[in-house]
Amino acid sequence: MNIDVIGVIGAGVMGTGVAQNLAQVGYSVVLVDRSERAVAAARNNITQALRFQSFFNKSERKETAAETLARIDFGTDPGNLSHAGCLIENVTENWEIKREVYTQLEAICGPECIFIVNTSAISITQVGSVTKRPDKVIGIHFMNPVPKKDTVELIRGYHTSDKTLEHAKQLLQRMQKNWVLVNDSPGFVSNRVLMLTINEAIFLLQENIASPEDVDRVFKSCFGHPMGPLETADLIGVDTILYSLEVLYNSFNDPKFRPCPLLKKMVDAGLWGRKSGRGFYSYEAN
Amino acid sequence: MDANSVKERVRKFLLKHIKCSNLADDDDFFSKSFVNSLFAMALVLYVQDEFQLQVSDADLVIENFCSVNAITRFVVKKTSNGAL
Repeated sequence: MNIDVIGVIGAGVMGTGVAQNLAQVGYSVVLVDRSERAVAAARNNITQALRFQSFFNKSERKETAAETLARIDFGTDPGNLSHAGCLIENVTENWEIKREVYTQLEAICGPECIFIVNTSAISITQVGSVTKRPDKVIGIHFMNPVPKKDTVELIRGYHTSDKTLEHAKQLLQRMQKNWVLVNDSPGFVSNRVLMLTINEAIFLLQENIASPEDVDRVFKSCFGHPMGPLETADLIGVDTILYSLEVLYNSFNDPKFRPCPLLKKMVDAGLWGRKSGRGFYSYEAN
Repeated sequence: MDANSVKERVRKFLLKHIKCSNLADDDDFFSKSFVNSLFAMALVLYVQDEFQLQVSDADLVIENFCSVNAITRFVVKKTSNGAL
């Protein structure tokens, strides 16, 4: 086991950003996804992002994109994670998928390996319960885009040990992130509030109360928020919004978290936001 | 490549993506916050595709992409170097 080797599971938007950020601060990264296509896309996206790292400030260029990229081992075999000292898991926000992944990881990783759950909604204590190391399971809710966002929610599960918490803090310091430490509860602070807001904004569209532009304009112009809820949903991923609401709904058994029918329809139609080219807004070049 | 034709094509692309009614040729749209860093990527990809040129890592600085005039100068320079 090597504490300077970090396994990153899932090569979607978040996993890709986490892997890039870790490589930029000098960690060796093993990025694993079961889909070869996702791995190829991650390599391409990280290459592009690294090329842009000094776009706004030339002095930020410390090494070439190729040098940073060389620290990431891209692959589809979870067996490559066996020597990692710490894992950051970023798979889909769906409990059944996460449970299967953790059962598999438990068998592959050494007993001292720390499991970091990158989730916006799923209970850290629940993840701990399907492993044999609940004291070594901790949550970090990274924000998107990971390399550019300087603060995360750090979530302590019921059994998370002080040592694990300290390890996570050191990792975040090296990644140049600040954190807000909160206790475990589905959705934590951020998404328990944000998901309800986005869901209600979608109900407004469904009821023809306002256009997406106008909903967002109220938040930006009246409240001074940098982005409105629907632009935020497109950035997070409309599908992820639905999964997060479903997690909240199932966790609290409270109907206030029921996903808006329009949200479900958009997910079925493939309108997933920026990542698919269309969501509440269009991002297609032409 | 003719600077006026480049300028016209660049301007057309920008106005499609920037919500701004009066964009002057020298307006730095990054500093005026019409756009964010995600737009920078889309803009560079557009310049590569539209004018069939390669943007090298060294070219990837805001000074080459921050206004209609900056982009036009960059495209004319790249395409007159035998890149096209």
